[in-house]
Amino acid sequence: MLDSAIQYAYIVSAALFIFGLKQLGSPATARRGNMLSAVAMLVAIIAALLDQGIVEYQWILIGFAIGAVIGAAAARLVEMTSMPEMVALFNGSGGMASLLVGWAAISPGAGTFTLVTIVLSILIGGLTFTGSLIAYGKLSEKLGSGAVMFKGQQVVNSLIVLGIIAAATMFCMEPANPQWLYLVIGLALVFGVMAVIPIGGADMPVVISLLNSYSGLAACAAGFAVSNNILIVAGALVGASGIILTQIMCKAMNRSLSNVLFSGFGSVSTETSVVEGEIKPISVDDAYYVLEAASNVVIVPGYGMAVAQAQHVVKELQELLEENGAEVNYGIHPVAGRMPGHMNVLLAEADVPYDQLLEMDEINPRMESVDVCIVIGANDVVNPAARENESSPIYGMPVINVDQARTVFVLKRSMASGFAGIENPLFYKDNTRMLFGDAKESIGGLVREFS
Amino acid sequence: MIPAEVFLTFILVLTIFLGFELINKVPATLHTPLMSGANAISGITVVGAIGLAGNGQQDLANWLGAGAVALATINVVGGYMVTDRMLAMFKKKGS
Repeated sequence: MLDSAIQYAYIVSAALFIFGLKQLGSPATARRGNMLSAVAMLVAIIAALLDQGIVEYQWILIGFAIGAVIGAAAARLVEMTSMPEMVALFNGSGGMASLLVGWAAISPGAGTFTLVTIVLSILIGGLTFTGSLIAYGKLSEKLGSGAVMFKGQQVVNSLIVLGIIAAATMFCMEPANPQWLYLVIGLALVFGVMAVIPIGGADMPVVISLLNSYSGLAACAAGFAVSNNILIVAGALVGASGIILTQIMCKAMNRSLSNVLFSGFGSVSTETSVVEGEIKPISVDDAYYVLEAASNVVIVPGYGMAVAQAQHVVKELQELLEENGAEVNYGIHPVAGRMPGHMNVLLAEADVPYDQLLEMDEINPRMESVDVCIVIGANDVVNPAARENESSPIYGMPVINVDQARTVFVLKRSMASGFAGIENPLFYKDNTRMLFGDAKESIGGLVREFS
Repeated sequence: MIPAEVFLTFILVLTIFLGFELINKVPATLHTPLMSGANAISGITVVGAIGLAGNGQQDLANWLGAGAVALATINVVGGYMVTDRMLAMFKKKGS
């Protein structure tokens, strides 16, 4: 009786999760959607607590308390610029939780199907855990953000995969022998590290999306291991969401998933062409005069805006330009920043309305009527070589066509090229002016000129 | 008698299709909140861990379950809170 009540509660919970995700699809209802999803989680947790198999509650409560304190503190303290790192860590803890559940579900009477799902939850959970920690290290610059490649990497990785398959098979045949289990866990953890180290900082949006997907799939596998519907439903929803984001990110870089995962970006850089033209720097004073006369301005932010924490001063400049009678929009490339939607969150933090943030496909057709395009800390996503130069490693990648605006200001620290050392012909175009220096200070200078 | 695995797999397959349909429509502006919201949902593992953490056996499964409860709760609490914090900042022009 109580058992079926619990199952019905899980059905309610699943419906709420689905409804919540649906509402998350529009900015106007997203906040309510997130609330619904939280209610769904609460329903599922309460139902699980009513299970008659539970004989003591203290360890559950201690677990809740520890998790809630850490989670709440992290959620309140994190800076918006650090969201990618935070999401990476959360992916990791979700993966580890599924690994532990899979491990704990091992019982002497388990059938082959259950054993296979246990292995899967341990594998996916384990590689999500270490992979996410490495991603965190790269995003927070605690580790170098470059791609780590070494000779024979492919061979080493293939050996690890073979080892995992062998150990997993042996575990399913001899579940009572713990050494196979430990081997599977160890190899899964090592594989997570090996899978993420060859991926460079600018490919992080893909990796984060993929690890997000894995954390869901791990929960799903754990659901099979403990035969729980709601874990399967919720885990599969997360898995699907992560896979879709991964696809969107790959498409925005015009690369296949396997290309991102297996070839550090640097290795494909074989560009030989020489860029013609010269760099034309501009001072803050002169930039101000051009902006004052502009009636249509587009701002294109990139990771550099996040690094310089320039979003608030950008918003100030936007307001001054609007007071001056100009129309101001933002052009957001799907992979600008270090995670999907990174720029949108930063600008939302600075109170920029979301209807002024235009996606690439919306902004490109209007580019020719734009007087001034301000590029803040973006490089590869505005590189015209992607359209013009067939030998460029990023040829074919969809970019924001900032070079078609009448004037382009590029805010940049120095002339160092992007993450893969790709030359950017944008900097040498006739209508481009380089505003060198820290983005926050340069824009602050413009703001002072206006006020 | 059809084994339970079949039903579980059935649910899995349908949910994945449903997930694709749902998420496909999310605009780029909301990708980060979508990810952190998905993070929170992946904390659903807590439901599987609760039974293990409360088995009263004081055995390995008990401790692993308790650890999993703590880790998954980080996802649930942290994920929903940070998503809400972000979404509260998204404003339409003029509002």
